[in-house]
Amino acid sequence: MNNKILLSGNEAMGEAAIRAGCRFYAGYPITPQNELTAYMAKRMHQEKRIFIQAESELAAINMVFGASSTGARAMTSSSSPGISLKQEGISYMAGTQLPAVIINVMRGGPGLGNISSSQSDYFQSTRGGGHGDYFTPTLAPASAQEAAELTMLSFDMADYYRTPVLILADAIIGQMMEPLILPQKSTFTKKLAAKSWALTGADKRAPNIVRSLFLGEGMLQAHNEMLRKKWETIKNNEQRHEAYKTEDARYLIIAYGSQARIAIDVIDSLRKQNIKAGLFRPVSLWPYPEKALRQISKKIKKVFVVEQSLGQMIEDVRLSLPGEEIHFFGKAGGGIPTVEEIIKFVKRNY
Amino acid sequence: MNKVFTQSKSLRDIDTHYCPGCGHGILHRLVAEVIDELGLREKTIGVAPVGCAVIAYDYWSFDCTEAAHGRALAVATAIKRCRPNLAVFTYQGDGDLASIGLAETVHAANRGENLTCIFVNNACYGMTGGQMAPTTIIGQKTTTTPWGRSPSNGDGWPLKVSEMLAPLEGVCFVARATITNPNAVLKTKNYIKKAFCNQMENKGFSLVEILSPCPTVWQKEPTQAMRWIEEEMVKVFPLGVIKDKA
Repeated sequence: MNNKILLSGNEAMGEAAIRAGCRFYAGYPITPQNELTAYMAKRMHQEKRIFIQAESELAAINMVFGASSTGARAMTSSSSPGISLKQEGISYMAGTQLPAVIINVMRGGPGLGNISSSQSDYFQSTRGGGHGDYFTPTLAPASAQEAAELTMLSFDMADYYRTPVLILADAIIGQMMEPLILPQKSTFTKKLAAKSWALTGADKRAPNIVRSLFLGEGMLQAHNEMLRKKWETIKNNEQRHEAYKTEDARYLIIAYGSQARIAIDVIDSLRKQNIKAGLFRPVSLWPYPEKALRQISKKIKKVFVVEQSLGQMIEDVRLSLPGEEIHFFGKAGGGIPTVEEIIKFVKRNY
Repeated sequence: MNKVFTQSKSLRDIDTHYCPGCGHGILHRLVAEVIDELGLREKTIGVAPVGCAVIAYDYWSFDCTEAAHGRALAVATAIKRCRPNLAVFTYQGDGDLASIGLAETVHAANRGENLTCIFVNNACYGMTGGQMAPTTIIGQKTTTTPWGRSPSNGDGWPLKVSEMLAPLEGVCFVARATITNPNAVLKTKNYIKKAFCNQMENKGFSLVEILSPCPTVWQKEPTQAMRWIEEEMVKVFPLGVIKDKA
């Protein structure tokens, strides 16, 4: 039997969240992620879980903070300008070690920008985003299928490491309808512990306090050192990528999200012209899959980075491959690099 | 011998960091006493604000969380929805509740969230050194209104949050009290108790505003500060029950 169904990326992430046991969702309208909020409004009600249309993105993320503090699996979604507002809450959740899933279906910026697809929030997502020393694991789907799978994975990852996890999708991934098979369970294999830290009422135990404020001499420094160890563990454990025709490749295209889908056509076309090209697609943007990239790049002559931005991920490529010849092609503000343009760009520089 | 008084179980036995004459000590204790008397200590989640009461959870002995500045009622909304059988309350100052968090305050009230909100109005920002708050009264000197709050200077008028919230459908109970004498303290305690009882009976949003002294910022002796509330603040913020749907 064929279990395939047709969903947009936005809906696929919503359904995956339901299947992952998301008990609380709060959102605020913003294009191009509105289908996700509408989907949650309907499905959370059907499942007798909690949906709130918040008065702002600030309120939504702080509601997620509250829900998560009680031990409930909680999620919010938004798009670029709304995610900027959520940074306050994300920083607080990183500090208080509260798990949550935050979906960003990126649109053009800076400012109000436009509602076209974009990959311009890479820096914000992979460099902390809010104030303070912290990182958020960031996963970038390239299809509706993967959007569902990564959403399920992110709930487990968030609980295991006690951290907010970002799904960084571009508007194309969120809006595009594709056939997919909904995953039954997450691919995360580590065992999750009971949430003994959660606020449940201090019945027959000492009170639990959720806090990120540490005023005593040296206390915050110790807290930050503890967090540093956590980020390092995640960096070791959670690097994810996909490679396409890299075994014999001499030229490596690096792209994520919708741009990686376009790059596959580029590679097939270049190979027909006897140019041995391959694709490296980071799935985790933080931690950046640098170990795999270094391995794959050993036989590579030149690297081509394609982004729907003015060049953000390229900085992680440079950090991963010092001394390598790296070329960049990107468009910001809703422009989409075409297959022909990328082929031209590679041929110009190879 | 019969023991007729002990410290609340909901209150920890630790030194205070509050200034002499500050109202938070009395109010922390009233909240703790009410929670004890209603048998809720094991079934309570408190939400602390950003402001002088930022470490309120260090004084109380039940589950608590911090909230970002102004977001306490958004945080509390979700806690209560996820744990509807527990008593959930916020404890917020005027800057937190009436300025940076006004949107969260209005919308939690308007949704009729079944919560208890303790609103401590001391007409200034205390922790940051005494700036103008939305509730600063006309003519009151602060570090950011050095010549006194003046509407003609663009400072606006004192914001009467309780009167603003009372007409909203979702709001069950709003009362304003003070702690300037034993009688006023008892009245405040009764209001707080009612606000918790309302929640346990699923009656919706209850808010108790307390006019509370800040002798340090006001640059007054503690007794003078109490007198200033009775003589000046209550003229702007009249005491009593503003709404009671229960």
